[in-house]
Amino acid sequence: MDFLVDFALLGLLTITALAIVKLRNLFAVVMFSSIYSLLSAALFVVLDAVDVAFTEAAVGAGISTILMLSTLALVGSEERKPRHSRFLPLLAVGITGTILIYGTQDMPPFGQPDNPAQLHVAPRYLEETPEAFGIPNVVTAVLASYRGYDTMGEVTVIFTAAIGVLLLLGVGFGRRGGDDE
Amino acid sequence: MNLLGHFNYWIFILLMMIGFYVLISRGHLVKKIVGLNLFQTSVFILYISIGKIHDGTAPIIIEGDPIYSNPLPHVLILTAIVVGVATTALGLALVVRIKEAYGTVEEDEIHEQDEIHEQDEIHEQGAAL
Amino acid sequence: MKHQDILRVVAKLLGPPILLFALYVQFHGDYGPGGGFQAGVIFAAGFVLHALVHGLDETLQVLPPWVLRLCIAGGVIIYIGVGFVCLALGGTFLDYSVLAEQPIAGQHLGILLVELGVGITVFSVMVTVFCAFAARSGGE
Repeated sequence: MDFLVDFALLGLLTITALAIVKLRNLFAVVMFSSIYSLLSAALFVVLDAVDVAFTEAAVGAGISTILMLSTLALVGSEERKPRHSRFLPLLAVGITGTILIYGTQDMPPFGQPDNPAQLHVAPRYLEETPEAFGIPNVVTAVLASYRGYDTMGEVTVIFTAAIGVLLLLGVGFGRRGGDDE
Repeated sequence: MNLLGHFNYWIFILLMMIGFYVLISRGHLVKKIVGLNLFQTSVFILYISIGKIHDGTAPIIIEGDPIYSNPLPHVLILTAIVVGVATTALGLALVVRIKEAYGTVEEDEIHEQDEIHEQDEIHEQGAAL
Repeated sequence: MKHQDILRVVAKLLGPPILLFALYVQFHGDYGPGGGFQAGVIFAAGFVLHALVHGLDETLQVLPPWVLRLCIAGGVIIYIGVGFVCLALGGTFLDYSVLAEQPIAGQHLGILLVELGVGITVFSVMVTVFCAFAARSGGE
């Protein structure tokens, strides 16, 4: 049963990705990208990453899609037929994919509890969180307390993105016929 | 996911490469950004799959003594998702401004207009001398 | 979209539950999946829905741009402020144990405040970016 769910999700993800490559109507492409985000959120739940699934569904299928649709409203939604030969991109993609697959030969098998990734700080976080914090959600404890610096950096990144967008698209979006710059 | 050990990673690498192909082979700027998002999301899936343990459960402490999946990749990818949306927002704002400046968002036409402008400037400098 | 009656009524009905759910996700991030980022995005989604159905001008009357600008900076200031308060109270930067009598209570308080800061910033950034795009489209 598990195997069926995984197989179905991976198959749908691949079909969606191939559809994004082929289609030239950008409205459909953006919708498919939203579907891709939702399917990957389901895959995250299967992989036991519930916080990540929540965030990916909200951010990928929500905010990213609405921003891309707003851009398409301003920019136009048909793509021109590709004029260049496809040989060079396929070659680059093929070389990169081969190198990556060669790299996975060194990786330990999927899902074993004694993989090196599971043995470093994760057991310490899982053991200490109930005593030191008393909160059940280990991901929140790690995010806000053990790795608080990273979260501070991330808040600063999103703040910077807002400033960048305001500089590019105009701070006075509340005034009727307001001036840009 | 109890298939052969590395098969999962290969599927995720295939998805990554499809996103990469969209990014480098298409000329429409918005489609490039969609390909970038595809690439990013597939990288997240690969990363999260490293932290999965068979018969594990979500890393939320409950009664009993189950096996918990590794919480550290979840934290790192949470940050990465938010940074990804920040990048997308900024990229799309740039696309809007490019459309207003050049009148098109196809990469080839933008390059042609740039070359024409360069030629005009060279001619102007030659005429001024 | 004022002539689409069903859409308008349903969006009006759905708005407050969306905001309530976002607050639930924010403050229950300790006990289940959730936390600042998810809550901020869902809260912004409520306002984006309002803007899509009723028009950007009405949403900007509810949430004027100066409030949004204040919130973007405010969330970051809350986060970094918590760090500096910990420094002032004798601990290291972002060491929440010194915020209350017992370390566990201090950690609780620190995590709550920090997630609140994150949620406020994420919400206001998402609404600001959407309004910047939508206002561009309306002006042309």
